[in-house]
Amino acid sequence: MTARPWLKIVAFLVGLFLTVPTLVVIPMSFSSSQTFRFPPAGWSAQWYERLFTSPEWTTAIVNSLQVGAATAVLATVLGTAAAIGVTRLGERAKGVATGFLLSPIIIPNILIALVIFSAFLRLGLSGTLSGIVLAHTALALPFVVIAVTARLQGMDPALQKAGGSLGASPWSVFTKITLPLAMPGVLSGAVLAFVSSFDEVVISLFLQSPTAITLPVQMFNSVTVQIDPTISAASTLMVLVVSVPILLAQVIGARRGNRGRQR
Amino acid sequence: MPAPIAAPARAAAEAQPPPRRRLSPAGRRRGAGLLLLLPALIALTLFFVLPLLSILLDSFTSPEPGLGNYVQLFTDGYTLRVLGRTLVIALVVTVAGIALAYPYAYMMTLAGPGVRALMVTVVLVPFWTSMLARNFAWMVLMQDGGVVQGMLGLVGLGDVTLLGTTTAVAISMTQVLLPFMVLPMFSVMQQIDRRLLLAGQSLGASRLSTFRKVYLPLSLPGVAAGASLVFVLALGFYVTPALLGSPQSALIAQVISVRTRELLDFGGGGAMGVFVLVVTLVVLGLSRRLAGPGATTGAAHVMAGGNDR
Repeated sequence: MTARPWLKIVAFLVGLFLTVPTLVVIPMSFSSSQTFRFPPAGWSAQWYERLFTSPEWTTAIVNSLQVGAATAVLATVLGTAAAIGVTRLGERAKGVATGFLLSPIIIPNILIALVIFSAFLRLGLSGTLSGIVLAHTALALPFVVIAVTARLQGMDPALQKAGGSLGASPWSVFTKITLPLAMPGVLSGAVLAFVSSFDEVVISLFLQSPTAITLPVQMFNSVTVQIDPTISAASTLMVLVVSVPILLAQVIGARRGNRGRQR
Repeated sequence: MPAPIAAPARAAAEAQPPPRRRLSPAGRRRGAGLLLLLPALIALTLFFVLPLLSILLDSFTSPEPGLGNYVQLFTDGYTLRVLGRTLVIALVVTVAGIALAYPYAYMMTLAGPGVRALMVTVVLVPFWTSMLARNFAWMVLMQDGGVVQGMLGLVGLGDVTLLGTTTAVAISMTQVLLPFMVLPMFSVMQQIDRRLLLAGQSLGASRLSTFRKVYLPLSLPGVAAGASLVFVLALGFYVTPALLGSPQSALIAQVISVRTRELLDFGGGGAMGVFVLVVTLVVLGLSRRLAGPGATTGAAHVMAGGNDR
């Protein structure tokens, strides 16, 4: 059955609504004026210069990269182990464990922020980058678990048994069979974990201190506390850093899918 | 006298476990599974479950034991207005989201593989595009003298102020949350057997009535899953109302933030948080009963896996 023309038009408009507004940040970032006027009256690279030279912005960028990398490592290790662990449980326990591991995804961020802020205040972790890393790890776990589980589900369990029956220790079954097969899932989990941390605002806002400001927090403050057009350059940077890996993963995933189907 | 000494010694020897019983392979697998799960479970418990319990406790005990915080939630005029406004906006965003996402998801099921891949990307990329960048873009577009105002001016609505109003908040939230609506709908619609529609039409029903009587009911689980997800996320939204709204149009997340970050009132803020959590769990529980668990998890897989399976 072919689609009616009006349906195509509506879908096209919805597609525009999803993508186009965000692209405004790109021309905005080359504006020469101090205001947020759009379209800009003149062009300059001054906001990029400020983004990469002024200490408050560079510190925020470095902080975000550090927090993102640490979160990616922690969440990937914990999440991969957990995903592999889940596949070995009985049916009932599997459901309970998965539900628990995925719960941070459905709990409103404001509640997670409130809960973690009050706990970290008592533990002295509030206002530190390590506190933000720990909170982001809890938040990023579900993405790793989902990505790795999806990969493991497509795997033939007989492979692991065969390895074991041929005399391999559980450790070498893991490193030589399970892990290499799960690797694409592990890597995409790591990318998602990094991106989710790099982009996270609410929890970082709660846990911020003058020495622990991430890029999204700096951006948030730059429109709520003062008006600093550098945010437009930062937004463009964010769109690139966050979207490009996801787009690449999409393209690679699609290619791999096609190859798989052709085989 | 050796006997009294020997007796306990023998008893001890007997009490010692027999040479370790080998666990069945399945049992060992489960044991290893639990061991692998443990670090993640401990991390989640330490950084999420225990703090949540402590906030729950605070909401009943701080500043004084009792239900005071909850009574205030439903009697204080300001809080009630905020709660009402939050529920209304979440509802509006949900309804607008259904209206926009349904035709889009439906079109995805009809499109060829290439167009469909493009449509999935169009949904996924904003989902993963910086939340702040997207809200900042809306700020620029909806400011006084901005593009949206200019477009409204063309239809004779030039003097409408958008920035700082709940309308601006609702428009931007609808866009930001739309992927959460499209993906569950698509994952359900994809599984509908289109031959049922042909059957309906060949039996003499019009195109419209086959859609209404056959396709719509079959796609409802996806709508329920998407709608509940968006409603729940909209309830707890902080960034959009903070950037595009104003203190006069504050939503519950902003009030929670002020209560806890600025006033350190963990009892009052906690009670609001617990209220949001309860509504969240009830709504998601209802949608699970309506839609089954498949729709939401299917969407989660599309989000994280990146391809439709």
